[in-house]
Amino acid sequence: MAQDTLLEVDGLTVRFPSVHGPIEAVRDISFAMGREKIAIVGESGSGKSMTARAILDLIRPPGERIARSIRLDGTDLTRLSPRQMRQVRGGRITMVMQDPKYSLNPTMSVGAQLYENWLIHVGKPKRLSRAAGQKAVLEMLEAVQINDPPRVARSFPHELSGGMGQRVMIAMMLIPQPELMIADEPTSALDVTVQMEVLKLMDGLVARNGMGLLFISHDLPLVSRFCDRVLIMYRGRIVEECRADRLHEAQHPYTQGLLSCLPSYAQRGHPLATLSRDAGWEVAP
Amino acid sequence: MSLSSPLPPRRGLRAWLTSDTPASRFQARLGRYYATWRALSSNPLTLLGLAILLALVLVAAFAPWLAPFAPNDQDLANRLAPMGGLHPLGTDQLGRDILSRLLYGSRVTLAIIVLVAVISAPIGLAVGTIAGYFGGWVAAVLMRVTDIFMAFPRLILALAFVAVLGPGIDNAVIAIAITAWPPYARIARAETLTFRNADFVRASIVEGAGHWRILMTQIVPLCLGSMIVRVTLDMAGVILIAAGLGFLGLGAQPPTAEWGAMISTGRDYMLDQWWVAAMPGIAILLVSLAFNLLGDGLRDALDPRKRRS
Amino acid sequence: MNKNPSSGMIEVQDLSVRYGDFVAVKGVSFSVAAGETFGLVGESGSGKSTILQALAGLADDWSGSMSVDGLALVAGARRSLAFRKHLQMVFQDPYGSLHPHQTVDQILSSPARIHGFGSIDRRIAEVMEAVGLGPQFRFRLPHQLSGGQRQRVAIARALIVEPKVLLLDEPTSALDASVQAEILNLLVTLRHERGLTYLLVTHDLSVVAYLCDRLAVMEKGSFVETQPIEALETGAFDQDYTRRLFAAAAR
Repeated sequence: MAQDTLLEVDGLTVRFPSVHGPIEAVRDISFAMGREKIAIVGESGSGKSMTARAILDLIRPPGERIARSIRLDGTDLTRLSPRQMRQVRGGRITMVMQDPKYSLNPTMSVGAQLYENWLIHVGKPKRLSRAAGQKAVLEMLEAVQINDPPRVARSFPHELSGGMGQRVMIAMMLIPQPELMIADEPTSALDVTVQMEVLKLMDGLVARNGMGLLFISHDLPLVSRFCDRVLIMYRGRIVEECRADRLHEAQHPYTQGLLSCLPSYAQRGHPLATLSRDAGWEVAP
Repeated sequence: MSLSSPLPPRRGLRAWLTSDTPASRFQARLGRYYATWRALSSNPLTLLGLAILLALVLVAAFAPWLAPFAPNDQDLANRLAPMGGLHPLGTDQLGRDILSRLLYGSRVTLAIIVLVAVISAPIGLAVGTIAGYFGGWVAAVLMRVTDIFMAFPRLILALAFVAVLGPGIDNAVIAIAITAWPPYARIARAETLTFRNADFVRASIVEGAGHWRILMTQIVPLCLGSMIVRVTLDMAGVILIAAGLGFLGLGAQPPTAEWGAMISTGRDYMLDQWWVAAMPGIAILLVSLAFNLLGDGLRDALDPRKRRS
Repeated sequence: MNKNPSSGMIEVQDLSVRYGDFVAVKGVSFSVAAGETFGLVGESGSGKSTILQALAGLADDWSGSMSVDGLALVAGARRSLAFRKHLQMVFQDPYGSLHPHQTVDQILSSPARIHGFGSIDRRIAEVMEAVGLGPQFRFRLPHQLSGGQRQRVAIARALIVEPKVLLLDEPTSALDASVQAEILNLLVTLRHERGLTYLLVTHDLSVVAYLCDRLAVMEKGSFVETQPIEALETGAFDQDYTRRLFAAAAR
């Protein structure tokens, strides 16, 4: 574990009411991370995305977030007012979503959106000039390895490919120089060749800016090569935590099952292993 | 599957209805109705609307037994009697009992509502789904016709039709129905467009289903929910237009007891004998309100966008 | 329609498909033998799904020639029920491909009725068993099923008319890994039991590696190359684009 803790989540639960009584999407999870790349992996419904949303206080009523504390570099986010939380969100913590198509405003040029974001988080608080903002926007687009930043700044989201859109999103999320970036399946909507480029890019940016990265994914092989540590979630609980490069040594039968059910050339002619779920996995370890 | 699948004992009817593993078509269907009913009945205002409308149906059915007088019995010695006593809601300018006329008038109102709904909703649904599903020139023709009907103010168009067809309840119903369907066609078309390229429709094409089968089994069932909601909400307006036609003397003809016509005649005595016009006015208000309340509740219970989880 | 017994189960010659002015598939030819599983691989927009759409009758503006089990398709002509019966399709998204208001029973009985099968009740029970769905699921609505169960229903719907060819359009990419394994196992079993021919479209090379006998790599509407599946093990590809794709997937 990293020495200086960036984010510390203690006893986080996310609960939704339903006809059959309350459903807990996230159940009393705790973890801590430094300025490192940490992955939360699980199947759909495991609560991995809910965890990300809960950290940013984005759980919509009637859902509710319960936590003993969520500390970002010492600040307890659960004690902030909604107004203070808005400044954390998109400022100290930013989030990259799965599909840039739905995260960018279709009626504004990319440059205008980046500039607006800069204005809110950098320009206004620091009373910087418009020219400084436009320069910052182009620099950010360059930082995410976009070839012709002025041209891309003038274009609209629908004119961009998926990979390009996701680079723009990452540029947008870098502008406030966040301490923590949350990426929720940032490459799942992209083609494999583009996927690798975007991951490489994120890797470099995280290292250079000294951010923490919380990477939400369903793809175990992918995070094992990309991240430092992996948290495996099952039905709202963290069932296992291990170093990413030691994932093949994972102890929990669920993690082992997720790894062994993947198809490959070597498996041809043999039935794939399937997961026999154990009710015991749902109980806290 | 048989209808005689045994009710599991002791678990009760509710468990049977809410079962996640229905054992027969019959149980699955009832379960769905029950879920809709639960969603509907969870809102007290919806229940209030439903209660008022049920009362309207009962009153219309049992008017001869409920009414203290025959609706057209004149008691000229007792004209414009105030409320209370022999005539709980007073009498009108010909000495007819207002309560009795209101009770009988509910039959006319109910008949208009039912007929308008039965005529206009299927027309709108058919035009809209066909236009949405086939697109191209079919949609162009159907939707331009719809636009033409929508371009006229509803009451004016109804007035024109009644003027051509002659006054009377039948013609009023036809006129209202003709002016009521275009919005339904628009809604049905918009909904159909969202489903037309859905994978389940494409799957139907691959199965080998013809256009007719796809329309009837895939598209129409998904449009029905919003159609029912819209028709219910519109019924308040239909009652008002019917009353308006009656008020203008183009709907029900005297001496038929009709709420709009009753207000019209009560107008002359508005200042001194206010109840003559106010009582039918309150009746119209109540029933319109009931339809709106029920429509809102139905929207929450049936709207596919809200229920899709 | 003339039957030519010597040809493969699926024969596609010089197929081009247009969407308006956009040519999505440009002069593609391939042949799939009976019982073979052929994979179409490529990135989004490469035209791989469009080939399935054209075969399934979901993209009408095509030219070239296509035949399935010797039954030739004529561009612009109405397809016969016999042709439709031979060739069924499983869609990517099991949430979107099942009608939200129909029970499993209704979803399965519809194709059986269209193709004039008798004893539908028994047939539904059999096909549900074949895809590993217990009878308790028969009267459930799609929203009462998990993603894997829904995809089983979609497969059962395709199988109930006893087709010879299944078109599989990313059949597992919307599913969790553990569920994907179950569905892939099911597809292997069904292929073996029923002698089915599969045409699989996917972006996931590991699924191709597991399931397919041959694969074609597509880029911008054309085939880049066609290789036996062993190429995925040895990496023996002729074209640069394929090697890049392969490297990205192998990581």
